[in-house]
Amino acid sequence: MKAKIGFGFGVALAGFFSLVPFLLFVSSAFKTQTQITAVPPQWRPEFSLDFFISAIGRYGILDYLKNSLIVAGSTTLITIGLAALAGYALARLPRKWAGMVLMAVLACAMFPQIALAGPVWRLLRLFGWLNTYQGLILPYVALTLPLALWILTLFFREMPEELEAAALVDGCTRLGAWFRVVLPLSAPGLFTASILCFIYAWNEFFLALLIMTDPAKQTMPVGIALFQGEHTVPWGEIAAASFITTAPLVLLVLLFQKRIVGGLSAGAVKG
Amino acid sequence: MRSRDLPLFLVLLVPASLVLLVFIAAPVGQSIMLSFQRIIIGLPQLGSPFVGLDNYRELFHDPVARHSLRITAIFVGSTTFFELTLGLLLALLINRRFPGRGALRACVLIPWAIPTVVSAQMWRFLFNDAYGLINYALFGAETHRYVAWLAHPLTALLAVIAADVWKTASFAALLILAGLQVIPEELYQAAKVDGASAWQRFRRITWPLVRPALLIALLFRTIDAFRVFDLAFVMTQGGPADATNVLQLYGYKKMFVEGWLGYGSAVSVLVFVIVMVLALVYVRLVGRRVMEAR
Repeated sequence: MKAKIGFGFGVALAGFFSLVPFLLFVSSAFKTQTQITAVPPQWRPEFSLDFFISAIGRYGILDYLKNSLIVAGSTTLITIGLAALAGYALARLPRKWAGMVLMAVLACAMFPQIALAGPVWRLLRLFGWLNTYQGLILPYVALTLPLALWILTLFFREMPEELEAAALVDGCTRLGAWFRVVLPLSAPGLFTASILCFIYAWNEFFLALLIMTDPAKQTMPVGIALFQGEHTVPWGEIAAASFITTAPLVLLVLLFQKRIVGGLSAGAVKG
Repeated sequence: MRSRDLPLFLVLLVPASLVLLVFIAAPVGQSIMLSFQRIIIGLPQLGSPFVGLDNYRELFHDPVARHSLRITAIFVGSTTFFELTLGLLLALLINRRFPGRGALRACVLIPWAIPTVVSAQMWRFLFNDAYGLINYALFGAETHRYVAWLAHPLTALLAVIAADVWKTASFAALLILAGLQVIPEELYQAAKVDGASAWQRFRRITWPLVRPALLIALLFRTIDAFRVFDLAFVMTQGGPADATNVLQLYGYKKMFVEGWLGYGSAVSVLVFVIVMVLALVYVRLVGRRVMEAR
């Protein structure tokens, strides 16, 4: 009995600390300015939309949102495309070679971003790609590829080769078999990898800060970090922008938590 | 694999390898080169003369850099410790079967899923000195006792550490959970039949079998903690008095605010070398432990 109470207490505590600070913060988006700074705090928001209107009208949050969608969406598509091709090859190559390539790929994921920052910035400046979408998308593809490659290689490996063999006998080429047989059956793996890449690109801040100095091209995290009020911190607008940024992520987590958990641990544990 | 497929497979690897090469491997290599040069972004007419180890010599005598290294080490040590401890507890909770388990797992995932920048603004708001909820929780309405958490060196560092633990304990929990889930249920049942207490079952079954997963979580968390940037940038801009000026933030300021590309590169190489050494040590440890477990 005592153990049960302790367990219930632990669950309640974990749920409370995970959710409540975040809910308190985003609820400010629906409060009024006097409600936000009130002591003692006023817990129940008045459900005013003023801060959303101001965030959109005065701070142009929708432009940041558009940039984020373009960058995170393209990153996900390109990364998954490249990883699906390379992951298939790695899954069918001899284990020993593939293992070496995968370790090198893992090493790429471990470099601190600061170690790439200077040279990547100079390369993009050379191409005139600072403050362009491709200038941010390509580094993001490189940073999300390792995880996608790991997930997809492990996924393709599980797939019996007999399936492709049958397609090959029926006159498919290797690539045809990949496209018509392997890819459709890998939809769950592709989907998991896509979610994780999207979340990464959607949330990334460091490179976005360096590469996108023009406010018209900045993504949501940069916008939220650099929000400036005239005299005071515009908490209401920051909370509104945070609400808009996190809503799709919260939705993804609620709908696909099993896949997310599986994908994250696949990269870490099976290796 | 049929041998005539080999060329095709190699071709399939080309696009991904190219991206990794151009945007990760080559830049890291070039960072090392730049760290031996004097380059100032705003003054291209000075060129990029080779200065040998000058940048590193300067780095080791730079009090701000040494302080930054110390702060980063404290940050990494304390965040990984708390994240692994809380992560293990969380994983033990979620590993049980109970109604509402899925809901709890989703709740725990939320801090991991939201952008670090959002959680940084959130904690800046909660730690606010005039109407922050942390002050309210501690001192009620007695506003004269409210503390300006982010304005004092020690409490600012603690605040950034707390924010990081909140954000990533759940990630550690997921990695550890994956390790817990491969422990066969029969072991626990057999131990119960033999009259082992809950503590004995944890000490003798769970702990030795979950250790490899813990080490992997430790590896990932340490490496990631060394790259901390977003939290310090948003919550404190590295202040007050450099109290939260972690290495990646210091390197960023040197490179992109002050324009010392060569010197900043030396800072980045330092971060990179520390991370690589740690990774090698851990990989050897994990490899050996996993072997021993067999």
